Amino acid sequence: MSNDALPTGERTHELLARQVRPQPASSLSTVITLAWRAMLKIKHVPFQLFDVTVTPIMFTLLFTYIFGGALAGSPREYIQYLLPGIVVQTIVFITVYTGVGLNTDIQKGLYDRFRSLPIWQPSPLLGALLGDLFRYSVATALILIIGFLLGFRPDGGALGVLAAVGLVLVFAFALSWLWIIIGMLVRTPESVMTTSFVFLMPLTFASDIFVGLSTMPGWLQTAVGNNPVTFLASASRKLMHGHPAGDDVVRVLISTAIILAIAVPTATRLYRKER
Amino acid sequence: MTNAIETAGLAKSFGETHALRGVDLAIRKGSVYGLLGPNGAGKTTIVRILATLLRPSGGAATVLGHDVVRDARAVRRKVSLTGQYASVDEDLTGRENLVLVGRLLGLTWADARQRASDLLEVFGLAEAGDRQARTYSGGMRRRLDIGASLVAIPDVLFLDEPTTGLDPRSRNQVWELVRRIAAEGTTVLLTTQYLDEADQLAERMAVIDHGRVIAEGTSRELKASIGANTLRVRLADAAQRPRALELVERVLGDGVFPAQQPLEVTARVASPAQAAAVLSALGDAGVEVAQLAVGDPSLDEVFLALTGKPAESPAPEATP
Repeated sequence: MSNDALPTGERTHELLARQVRPQPASSLSTVITLAWRAMLKIKHVPFQLFDVTVTPIMFTLLFTYIFGGALAGSPREYIQYLLPGIVVQTIVFITVYTGVGLNTDIQKGLYDRFRSLPIWQPSPLLGALLGDLFRYSVATALILIIGFLLGFRPDGGALGVLAAVGLVLVFAFALSWLWIIIGMLVRTPESVMTTSFVFLMPLTFASDIFVGLSTMPGWLQTAVGNNPVTFLASASRKLMHGHPAGDDVVRVLISTAIILAIAVPTATRLYRKER
Repeated sequence: MTNAIETAGLAKSFGETHALRGVDLAIRKGSVYGLLGPNGAGKTTIVRILATLLRPSGGAATVLGHDVVRDARAVRRKVSLTGQYASVDEDLTGRENLVLVGRLLGLTWADARQRASDLLEVFGLAEAGDRQARTYSGGMRRRLDIGASLVAIPDVLFLDEPTTGLDPRSRNQVWELVRRIAAEGTTVLLTTQYLDEADQLAERMAVIDHGRVIAEGTSRELKASIGANTLRVRLADAAQRPRALELVERVLGDGVFPAQQPLEVTARVASPAQAAAVLSALGDAGVEVAQLAVGDPSLDEVFLALTGKPAESPAPEATP
């Protein structure tokens, strides 16, 4: 076991003394550095991406081929309706990983290190979110590719698809803050998962991702019709297929603003709070 | 200013739990100082307050003249903390962990990479540098964690139980590293439950129990403070120990340490005459003595004398 032996004392002194006195890093630079860390995690644990894309691919295949005929006449027709919603569902679900990752970092003591560094205090949160946005984009690209292979043809063209994806990312960014709050309140990464799923299941399934509003009973239409995920799914569908989407986009942006206005101050306060 | 760290009446409560009840410390610049005490004594709370992670509920603390509450950012610029649990990102390689800290401290990419390489060598991790930290042993992780605290050599380094859970070889390596870091002029404040660790590394130490400093000084002073020597009797036959304990107790009254070794009886003696009395009592009763020594008490015995309980007994009070 000589491979991890310490160097001589002299060499140690020489190496330690070779330090460069750094200039304090700017807020932007610390945020980018912490986003770089998130990228490295994806590089080292690519399973993270696999994990978040297998379920939506399964959903797409199952719903398209099992229910497609019954719901829309043919799988090919149904996927035109379903795919934009699947993108929404996938991204909304994987926002939870923001909270899970934060909770893991807190448990492992990594946040203590970050908090004891002379850096802009919210940078770890923003850096993680920036990394997550990258993850959401990759997951979205994968689902779109599967969709195209299965016959999804968006009439809105590339621009429509990009607009829809952009809107989904904006909403996901806001939603992530909710899981950051949960990530700071509960004890283990597993309970972040279970707690968030209590919110996520109704949010995604009680929406118009899988079937249109008009097929539901009246009381349910009221609930589902006011679900922000429904706004987002409708807006994405319309944008991807080139229909006018103004109303839905505005509703999504208002929901996003409300979530941010509540969640960001709460999360920052919790983050500064000692533990 | 000759003190790196000063605290006055430092107090901290978590709800009904009083973790610290008025701690006064004065830690000389450039020294290695030990906070010694059992689990839950309040050691970690002191370190976390000094590293600006917790706000004190009472009293004041300064690090290099900067108030830890009012001037937290200035403190953060001068200190590094290596917490109780190796705070490294296990998904990243050792090198990436160090580059990350370098970048956060404001080094350029090139400087951060160079510093990471240098530190990997200092901490004996050069070969493991490009492996994910999750594959590291406990000792390697701890060394990486301490390495991350030296990306910019801090004026004050906090080490919270730096060798807890390490095997003896790793422990020795960490001790050697702490000595080398101190040789660079860094003030080191370390917490430990191991008395030999404080004895090995720290010039001065404070014994902490239930959120208070119950003794302070050099190892020699602490040993002298209990005003007695320690008698160590080594028996030839473990079966005779209960009989020997009984006899020693009869001669000395109290002062017998509940030692762990099955062949040993240790006790506090005030004079050589007492030791002689013990020896003759044992001889008269036919208890065979293999070895007998009178010497300085160990820090374990100091702790026992000060608190009335052995150092390693975990207290129910939790350290948050």
